[in-house]
Amino acid sequence: MLKIDNIHARAGEKEILKGISLTVNAGEVHAIMGPNGSGKSTLAQVIAGHPGFEVTSGSITYGGDDLLDMDPEVRAQKGVFLAFQYPVEIPGVTNAYFLRSAYNEIRKANGQEDIDPMDFLDLMEKKIKLVDMDPAMLHRSVNAGFSGGEKKRNEILQMAVLEPKLAILDETDSGLDIDALRVVSGGVNALKRADNATIVVTHYQRLLNYIVPDFVHVLAGGKIVKSGGKELALELEAKGYDWLVDAA
Amino acid sequence: MTAPVAKYADAFAALDTTGAPGWLADLRSAALAEFNAVGFPTTRNEDWHFTSVTPIAERSFRSAKPSAAPTLADVLAATVGDPSWPRAVFVNGRFEASLSSLKTLGAGVRVGTLADTLKDSPDFVAAHLGKLATFDKQAFTAFNTAFAQDGLVVRIAHGVKADAPLHVIHIADAQAAGCMLHPRLLVVAEPLSEFGIVESFVSLKASEYFTNAVAEITIGNGARVHHYKVQRESEQAFHVGTVQVAQGRDSAFHSFSYAAGAALSRTNIYSRLGGEAAEVRLNGLYMVDGSQHADHQTFVEHIAPHCASRELYKGILDGHAHGVFNGKVYVDPEAQKTDGKQSNHALLLSGTARVDSKPQLEIFADDVKCTHGSTVGRLDDIALFYMKSRGIGAESARALLTYAFAAEVLETVELDALREGLEKIAFERFTQTEQ
Repeated sequence: MLKIDNIHARAGEKEILKGISLTVNAGEVHAIMGPNGSGKSTLAQVIAGHPGFEVTSGSITYGGDDLLDMDPEVRAQKGVFLAFQYPVEIPGVTNAYFLRSAYNEIRKANGQEDIDPMDFLDLMEKKIKLVDMDPAMLHRSVNAGFSGGEKKRNEILQMAVLEPKLAILDETDSGLDIDALRVVSGGVNALKRADNATIVVTHYQRLLNYIVPDFVHVLAGGKIVKSGGKELALELEAKGYDWLVDAA
Repeated sequence: MTAPVAKYADAFAALDTTGAPGWLADLRSAALAEFNAVGFPTTRNEDWHFTSVTPIAERSFRSAKPSAAPTLADVLAATVGDPSWPRAVFVNGRFEASLSSLKTLGAGVRVGTLADTLKDSPDFVAAHLGKLATFDKQAFTAFNTAFAQDGLVVRIAHGVKADAPLHVIHIADAQAAGCMLHPRLLVVAEPLSEFGIVESFVSLKASEYFTNAVAEITIGNGARVHHYKVQRESEQAFHVGTVQVAQGRDSAFHSFSYAAGAALSRTNIYSRLGGEAAEVRLNGLYMVDGSQHADHQTFVEHIAPHCASRELYKGILDGHAHGVFNGKVYVDPEAQKTDGKQSNHALLLSGTARVDSKPQLEIFADDVKCTHGSTVGRLDDIALFYMKSRGIGAESARALLTYAFAAEVLETVELDALREGLEKIAFERFTQTEQ
């Protein structure tokens, strides 16, 4: 599904990703871990097309196509979704309107008609239960005045409605209490299918108790310094990152 | 620049002043003399530095003549708000009883035209007219005071809470072309009363005319007044409007100024916080395009201690439009514990639009909290990326974020029908689709 080959990227003059290669197949869950500043959030944002980063070499193919050649909205229309670490507030635009616009633009890009507004309401009512959100939140402005936990739930609600093929969760667990973490993880797990894939970027092993990865990759200094199965996360929990970072 | 005003001497002489009391005739003459003495302001005047009124000064506007009234349907279609609100309609500056509906105001709210109130309660008018909006060195206020033929007087009795806001509709039709309109509004909210008023300035036909409005609002102790100004004049018209407020202790004044019309507009909102613990909120939104010019000047005078002022103005400018925001705050030595906050944010949608933002703080008390912030910018790249990352195309994302920029301040409009109407206008303007 996704093939990252020796990608280098920088923000301004600063090189952040220094040669990352990673293959993600349908049905897999990959965890990207690493200390602060290792480049894990940058990797997530580069896949989604964040304008603040410049890819200087390497390639990313998605479903056989050149992902880096696509605008962010085209990536999204083809099924890439990034749950933001810091979701953006959009005052004046309701969640419901925002979601319906996104949903219909994706349908349009895939040659489908707009959804009937009543059908969309039904869809949202069903999806909002997944993240245990108050339906009244649908009629509030996107993320405006939401608590940290509400914003993260709202990200997962968007993911539930848009049903991406490749979901990237950028530190979705940061700042969540255990109850919220359970809800958010439960939502992600419920969306898991054989034909989609998930990349979970996290600083803490804790999340991986709830979203169990098939593969764990450790980033340090803009490179993957170790890859392994889910047991690698437990090892990191016990030993910290230093032994890997020092070895790199 | 005194010469251009002499041309109004004949129009002044021709005014119908039948029945006006002597003090009013004196006030008008004094106002005309002041207008002649100071002349139209030039950009050398600090208060008019970014706004040249030459297009107004070089023209000769004439007094409007009575004309046939438009239909009520036309009036309502041109305005934003709830049609069931009580309303006072002025057509080309003259009160039109057949289009107005003042019966539903409820007990304790008295509304009358300036002419009628002069007959019923001359002492009341004498006690208030021209007392807040003084015309010393103020050419436009002097011009209005000299020429105001019609207007509205509103009195809210002690402790009365009005059920619905009063909608004052100033409508200009095709007959307004070449005319000057000098509407006057006098509001006195007695202690502990609550009242809302919407002043709409709209046109039925694109034409060149000049509106020069003056409002005086006295807010008694513990009273609360909401004032909404909706300026949607013809894009060929000129508009100068001054709202002058005096607040008693524990009173509140909430103002919202929406400016999207006129070739050249200037709105002054001035409030004097004369009693302790009074609160004022001045918000506004200007949206201009083409070669439009929209200027707002606010002035908050903190005279008494423990008062709070909040200001949020936003501007969205496209084409070659020019926006100006000048927020003045004065804190008297006596006004300790003043809490003032002011922000002005402008969004430029084209490389040729321009905005000048000038906060002006004069603080003479030492125990105060006063902040101001001002930004001029383009849409936030990260917010755009957020929308695109959900599949929303670049153009739609820009449109929605532009609307969101406006909506953030429109959210503070507390009258639902007005807020929803203005949101709809902004939404359709920027997304070019119906909401």
